[in-house]
Parts: sequence; C-alpha cells; structure tokens
Amino acid sequence: MTEEILSPLAGNVWKINVKEGDQIEEDDEIIILEAMKMETPIYAPSDGKIKSLSVKEGDSVEEDAVLAILE
Amino acid sequence: MEISSNLPALLQSVGFFSVTPGMIIMWGIALLLTYLAIAKQYEPLLLLPIGFGILLANLPLTGLMEVNEGLLWRFYHYGIQWEIIPPLIFLGLGAMTDFGPLLSRPSLIFLGAGAQAGVYVTFFIAQYFGFSLEEAATIGIIGGADGPTTIFLAAKLAPQLLGTVAVAAYSYMALVPIIQPPVMKLLTSKEERMIRMKKSRKVSKLEKLVFPIVSVVLIILLIPASAPLMAMFMLGNLIRESEVVERLKNAAQNELMNIVTIFLGVPIGATMNAESFLQASAIFIFLLGLMAFVVSTATGVLLAKLMNLFLEDKINPLLGAAGVSAVPMAARVVHKVGAEADKKNYLLMFAMGPNVAGVIGTVIAAGTFLTILR
Repeated sequence: MTEEILSPLAGNVWKINVKEGDQIEEDDEIIILEAMKMETPIYAPSDGKIKSLSVKEGDSVEEDAVLAILE
Repeated sequence: MEISSNLPALLQSVGFFSVTPGMIIMWGIALLLTYLAIAKQYEPLLLLPIGFGILLANLPLTGLMEVNEGLLWRFYHYGIQWEIIPPLIFLGLGAMTDFGPLLSRPSLIFLGAGAQAGVYVTFFIAQYFGFSLEEAATIGIIGGADGPTTIFLAAKLAPQLLGTVAVAAYSYMALVPIIQPPVMKLLTSKEERMIRMKKSRKVSKLEKLVFPIVSVVLIILLIPASAPLMAMFMLGNLIRESEVVERLKNAAQNELMNIVTIFLGVPIGATMNAESFLQASAIFIFLLGLMAFVVSTATGVLLAKLMNLFLEDKINPLLGAAGVSAVPMAARVVHKVGAEADKKNYLLMFAMGPNVAGVIGTVIAAGTFLTILR
C-alpha cells in the first residue's frame, strides 16, 4: 500500500531530511518547505518507508503537489 | 591678524560648539534604531535609513533640513510631501501581492476589515487625551500596521508627528511576533487554534486579472481620497497578474521599490529633530500605537469567532489576527501560533487572505480620515 505525501502549501523545497528507502515514523520531519520566507516542516503522515521522492531541494512546488511516496 | 580677529566666528562655524543635549539624546535614539536594524534585523529596510536620518538631522549647522535649501528637506518635500513615494511603494507592493488566498475565500475580507477596529478605537482615545482630530487619526492609523499608509496620512494631516508615528509603526511591525501571540492565545482555546481550514478553492487567472480592475473602481468610487494609494496598488497588481510585462513587474518589485525605500527612510528620520521629538507626547504616541495594535489583533480574532457562529466550515479564529496588514509577518505569526497547537496545521496561506485584505482595509481607513478631516 502506498501513500502520497502532498504539499500542504505552495513554496520552495528548502531541505529534504530523508532519502529513498529510509524507514520513517509518523511525525518525523521529512521535508522542510520555505514559503513567505518561513521554514515550514512537513511531517510524515504515518510510519513507513520512503518509496520515492518526487522533488529535490530548490524545487518550487504548488499546493497539493506530490512530495514523496510512502509505503 | 585677520585670522585671530575672526577666530570666534570661525569657532562658531564649527559644529562641535553648537551640539545641544537634546541632539545627543537623539544620537542615542538614532544609534538604537540602527542597532536594532543591524543586530536584530528589526525592519532593517526602513529602520536603518531612518536611524541614520535621525543622526544626520541632529548634527548642528548642516542645513540639511533647511526649507528650500537642504538636501534632506528636498527628499522630504518632493518625495513625501508631494505624495510621490508612498504611492510608489504601493505600486511595488501591488506587484508583490498575490490576492489568490483572498479570492479563494472572499469572506475572509471581513477579517481584514475587522482588524482595523484598533485604528478607530485609538482615534477616539487619542482625542480624549487632547490630541487634535488630525493628530488622533494619524496616531490611530499606526494600528493598521501599514508603514506607507501611515506616512501618507501623517504627511497630509499631521506632518509634525510624521517621524514619531513612522518609527512607532515600523517598530511595532518588527515586534508583531512578540505583541500578537499573547493576545491571540488569550482569546482562543486550544481547540479553536487547532481548527483546520477546509481546502481552498482554486482561483482562475481571469479572477486574478479582474480583481485589481474591479476593486480599484469600487474602492475609489466609495472613498475617492484613497485614490493615490489604491490606484498604484492595483496598477502594480495588474502588472503582476497580466503576465505580459515581466520587466515592469520586476522593476516595480525590485529596482523601483529599493530606490524609493532609500528616499523614504532617510528624510523620515530627518524630520525627527530634538525639539519636535523629545516631548512627553512622543511616549504617549508610542503607547497609543501599541494599544492600536493590540486592539486590532483582538478584534480580528473576536470577529473570526463571531463569524464561526454562522459558518458551516469553521475558520480558525487565529486568522483574524492576520487582518492587521503587516504583510506577511502577521500571517507568519498566525501560522506559528497555529502550529504550536497542532504542528500539522498549515495556516500560512489561509492567513495571507485576511492579511492582504488588511492592507486594503488600512488604505480605506486612511481615506476615510482624509475625507472627514479635510
């Protein structure tokens, strides 16, 4: 079962704290977005493994863009 | 022989002997603002040139603020008294502002209006304490948390207060992250702060194009005195949203904005000489300005709670605090206070709606004062 992690707001990808294949737990800070000159951490919605990352650092993302896929 | 008889006159022309204690106090204030700008990064774009302008204005015998003569007087006269710079700042702000968050949930415009209550409350209180109507309006507008609007109104209604209200407005804007959260937390429960907003509607390009045109017509017809600021604000926004004049957009956002910011800060600082600033009323103005900020924040939050009584999709009442127009600081504060209650609650973009509505609200408040008082 896979789960898409969506961007809750538009911004730029500031930092990615995980890599593909990483095991993560719910509420881990996986990505930090930058919007309105403010860092906004994106937390893991549930436990799982990062199947793939859909963005890289520096990318600009729209609201609801897929950031990563969790399995 | 010649030189020795002229020595007293020569000495008098040296500034050192004309320094007054008041000037030295003003140097201290100038250095404090410059320090806050550099070390604490409190609104550095404005407080740095303002601080330096204060220092310059309090050096004796320079003639910098001499009417018709001085360099800084000319900046002040042609830039601010002629009402050129604040509208140009609004051109840049318009080019930077995305009204999308407001358009996706237009009811949030009420929060931008509600958070102007501090302006009007302070207007009445300042009058009660003996300020003239014009001065009271100028002090009240500090609560709108909008620098160029404050300067615009002060230059027209109470130029003697210009420096003081500008410094108060920009200082409090820098302090928004400190002033607002206690008020916001006091007026909301944790459950309310945790309310997640319903997903926002996608806004079409056509809506974004039509908005500046329709709103400039409506607002100027309603309050003609708001025209200089509103006209430039919406022109800037149309330039942005048209997506066909990228160069103009960039110029308005960057080069032009930066140039006029330099010519705004220095002469504002220069209006603050020791005689006009070192008065008990200055402290009073700072206190009243702070009160205006607090009342605006509180009424914004309370109005959001009132709206929730009628709305099916509840809004997070913290959004009301973003109605003070300090963009985007107030929206960031809303986001942070919301994230303290629920870290997965992302209020930032929702808060931008009332935040940009607050800018329009403050311009309308200023226009209303101008209409009534002139």
